[in-house]
Amino acid sequence: MTMAPPTGTPGTPGTTARGVAGGLGESARRPDGGPKVRGEFAFAGDLWADGMLWGATLRSPHAAARIRSIDVGPALAIAGVATVVTAADVPGSANYGLEERDQPVFAADVVRYAGEPIAAVAADHPETARRALAAIVVDYELLPPVTDPELALTGEPLHPDGNVFRHLTIRHGDPTARGPVVVEGTYEIGMQDQAFMGPEAGLAVPAEDGGVDLVVSTQWLHNDRDQVAECLGLRPDQVRLTLGGVGGAFGAREDVSLHVHICLLALRTGRPVKVVYSREESFLGHVHRHPARIWMRHTAEPDGTIVSFEARIVLDGGAYRSSSYHVVANASCFAAGPYRVPNAHVEGLGVRTNNPPCGAMRGFGAVQVCFAHEGQMDKLAAACGIDPVELRLHNALDHGDHLLTGQRIDGTLPVARVIRETMALPLPEPAADELLSRPGAAGRTTDAPHVRRGIGFAVGFKNLMYAEGYMDGSEAACVLVDGLATVQCAAAEVGQGFVTLAQQIARTVLGVERVLVAPAETASMGSAGSTSASRQTWMSGGAVEQACLAVRDQLLAHVASTLGCAAADLEIVGGAIRSVPGAALDVDIAVEDAAPGVPFEARRVFHHRVTLPLDADGQGDAHVSMACAAHRAVVDVDPELGLVRVVQLATAQDVGRALNPLSVLGQIEGGCAQGVGLATMEELVLEAGKVRNASFTDYLIPTALDMPEVVTTLVEEPEPGAPFGAKGVGEPPVISSTPAIVAAVRAATGVDLTRVPIRPQDVALADRPR
Amino acid sequence: MDVSVPRTLDEALAALADRPDAMVLAGGTDVMVGVNAGRQTPTAVVALRAVEELRTWSVDGDRLRLGAGLTYADLLAPDLAAMVPALAQAARTVGSPPIRNAGTVGGNLATASPAGDTLPVLLALDAELDLASVEGRRTVALRSFLTGPKRTQLRTGELIVAARVPATRPHQEYRKVGVRNAMVIAVASVAVVVDADVGVVACAMGSVGPTPLRAPRAEEWVAGRIDWGTGVPDAGVAAEFGRLVAEESRPIDDHRSTAAYRRHAVEVLARRALESTLAGVARAEAA
Ligand SMILES: Cc1cc2nc3c(=O)[nH]c(=O)nc-3n(C[C@H](O)[C@H](O)[C@H](O)COP(=O)(O)OP(=O)(O)OC[C@H]3O[C@@H](n4cnc5c(N)ncnc54)[C@H](O)[C@@H]3O)c2cc1C
Repeated sequence: MTMAPPTGTPGTPGTTARGVAGGLGESARRPDGGPKVRGEFAFAGDLWADGMLWGATLRSPHAAARIRSIDVGPALAIAGVATVVTAADVPGSANYGLEERDQPVFAADVVRYAGEPIAAVAADHPETARRALAAIVVDYELLPPVTDPELALTGEPLHPDGNVFRHLTIRHGDPTARGPVVVEGTYEIGMQDQAFMGPEAGLAVPAEDGGVDLVVSTQWLHNDRDQVAECLGLRPDQVRLTLGGVGGAFGAREDVSLHVHICLLALRTGRPVKVVYSREESFLGHVHRHPARIWMRHTAEPDGTIVSFEARIVLDGGAYRSSSYHVVANASCFAAGPYRVPNAHVEGLGVRTNNPPCGAMRGFGAVQVCFAHEGQMDKLAAACGIDPVELRLHNALDHGDHLLTGQRIDGTLPVARVIRETMALPLPEPAADELLSRPGAAGRTTDAPHVRRGIGFAVGFKNLMYAEGYMDGSEAACVLVDGLATVQCAAAEVGQGFVTLAQQIARTVLGVERVLVAPAETASMGSAGSTSASRQTWMSGGAVEQACLAVRDQLLAHVASTLGCAAADLEIVGGAIRSVPGAALDVDIAVEDAAPGVPFEARRVFHHRVTLPLDADGQGDAHVSMACAAHRAVVDVDPELGLVRVVQLATAQDVGRALNPLSVLGQIEGGCAQGVGLATMEELVLEAGKVRNASFTDYLIPTALDMPEVVTTLVEEPEPGAPFGAKGVGEPPVISSTPAIVAAVRAATGVDLTRVPIRPQDVALADRPR
Repeated sequence: MDVSVPRTLDEALAALADRPDAMVLAGGTDVMVGVNAGRQTPTAVVALRAVEELRTWSVDGDRLRLGAGLTYADLLAPDLAAMVPALAQAARTVGSPPIRNAGTVGGNLATASPAGDTLPVLLALDAELDLASVEGRRTVALRSFLTGPKRTQLRTGELIVAARVPATRPHQEYRKVGVRNAMVIAVASVAVVVDADVGVVACAMGSVGPTPLRAPRAEEWVAGRIDWGTGVPDAGVAAEFGRLVAEESRPIDDHRSTAAYRRHAVEVLARRALESTLAGVARAEAA
């Protein structure tokens, strides 16, 4: 690993305390790290309550059907079965949904995807619950599933809301402008899954007030709570959610999964109910990354200057809306990549089909279009006879330039710098003549002479935080007594390290080392928003900072009043309250001893700046901030067998400011792993709408032998308006890593690959039936 | 659930005769997947791990006897790997270290997956299986033992005791294509065993038919086109051998790959495996 020295100025003035270990800028240790490594961390799947029942969900095996009847009698007749619930038992709203309520809690009359919940049971043992599911008799009338989004666009509506989740048109600049050089291509992206390790799990406990307490692994407690309350016909305060230990999320836990089912079962039986999905059920029970078919045409001057850009992006949203509406926006707004494009016409479509529902996944629409626009950039470079990296530098967006939406980039976006810093990273050694480092590895498919090395390059960007006028906020609270700070926020820790960051912020602002992070829950805290869109460091980090600053001010005021000086005369330096230089009196008191027994408390809500909706031409200042990254991939390929070994990923990333460098590297390496996966193996294979590989036997994710060396430069140009100048870092690593790898495979093989994941036959049988 | 942990083969056979419905448990790397997925709900288990006899190997003349309880990790031990290198190569491709420490040859044989990694090697080695029950013992050629995908001639109450293979065929090789560089089910695989003394090439393929398959026509064709004194094939022979092997494959399209790619992959693997095994023969002859 190489890391560039930090540049630029530190963030908010006056918040950096020296002398307190584990503050901002350090690779502070995670509070949950030790327990996780030792296997002591309680994930939601480990939840337990005395006398609890086990819940299980019956799912449709068919992608499209009408339900003629459901007979739960045989299941209820099984000893140990406490209850069976179906759509008829949902007391409140029949539907839920992240943004629009279009998805039934249980299918009542129509099944729209294979895996859709039909009923749920609670029983004394998981095995009893399983048998009960098998005993439920559902009479289906099968319908032909509509699995091709192009057919769904013109076909009969599959849902009362119709088949188009969103059709967004972006018209930018002069519609007639064209350059002499023209490149065109159609690109396809398969359905990637988030493939987190800890399957969906929760424990619901009925409460005396008629409400319910739910501990669940999720990304957004308050949004879940509102949907659950609506479906249960309860007030939001009667549904209290607490975050269970989350084993990864990546977008798949933004939507409600088992939440309503499990609460319903608990309320019906009056007993605690636990549900844990199996791996197969997990693959069926959450949304996936939208598969996409993308057409693009670029025109340019002979020197490579982009003149015009056209695109048609079709995202298969599957049966229900989830976040499709906003994935379409992201895919469309960032369709051209981080390049100056004066004239553009983009059609973005999110379409309903009978495929499994798709929604949020790390990169959120930017991943799909990046694969396409980076393929186009390489084609354009070839057509102009320019080095592909030079072409990108020539067109790179920067501060002051405009997006396709007309929005001026008023923050930092060091595209050219991430490109240059990436190219400056060292290349790997020549291919080692060692079996395990060759394509095919232990399979011994490939001898040294069969290996071809290729190098590819890609750049990507996306917005940080929610967009299009969404009023986003996060609340945090801070209590300080005798040098012990307790910070609370409903931000979901899903592995990204928010709990570490919250501690670092409190240490730096308050000058204390001991910081507790209280559980994330809805009963005492307002919403922190979702752990997605690379937003929690900014939003909830901002809220924690403000709450801590308010506490600091109270503390200083208190000390000032006891000393008879002005609060402005005092500051926190390291772990001490000191008088500012030039003050009348000389103060030096440890923060711990400054106010024995006196608690200081504050609660603050943080908002980012206002954004605006897009107009009819897709124009408007819809985005808060942008971040970019570049990737250079080195691959070894066995062209004859189509086997790929990614040797190295080099990446420079625009991080604003690295508040915890090790955490940032963790995000970069993890994102690269998902990028390697999408490039070379990860795909949910569908047949007539049914998932054929809902297991880790067949849904392949990279192993240690597939993971390349990752060399990194963190580009630190603090973002104005962002707490501490830090940008979200979770998503950029997964955006351009995939196209860089594909470009490298193209370079090694000469095959014009237009689809990910690359399947061996796409390379080996490129010129033949596959 | 009744669990018996016999210490000798006879105890194991008796336990199985007692509870013919019992699930036989070796390393558990196949059966526990089935149990966890709810496909199997055993009411009785006969666990083989403590039966020492199954976990040994021995050489008798030019025959090597491999106990059914040998794990993949056992097959990787240098003295075994020296005698049956292709079996060690196959073992190395299986799963991950925990799977290789638990999974056994007997389990791989009894599961009889078309993708089972030891099967093409054992098939190319003309392995014979020793089977036993309280009724008695019998020996069955692996070729006839495998009757279909996950189907074998194993009878109720019968255990696989050992596989017997030649101990003196150093020129052998296993190659396996998967879509990931480790921990992957074979999309196509090939084992080639060359017996230079008698001028015979044996070739078996995995994941390209209902069971692992031999390629008898290709084997016969190639045997006459090699100078067995030097181990050098006629020009173009390896490539043609690959094509003939592929012709004898019977692959299907499924969610792991396509028939066209599998046929192509066995062609490439067979060609490469023949070239490298014959290079080994040539080196041995030259020495
Ligand atoms: C993560 C993972 C990765 C894997 N990777 C591979 C791979 O790469 N290649 C591969 O080929 N396989 C792979 N497998 C499958 C499995 O590991 C092998 O098939 C293994 O050889 C099974 O052996 P076992 O001892 O675990 O069998 P068990 O699971 O204990 O038993 C399997 C079957 O064999 C029967 N059985 C076991 N021993 C005997 C005996 N002596 N006589 C009669 N019947 C017997 C059992 O009753 C059962 O029906 C993998 C499995 C997992 C879980």
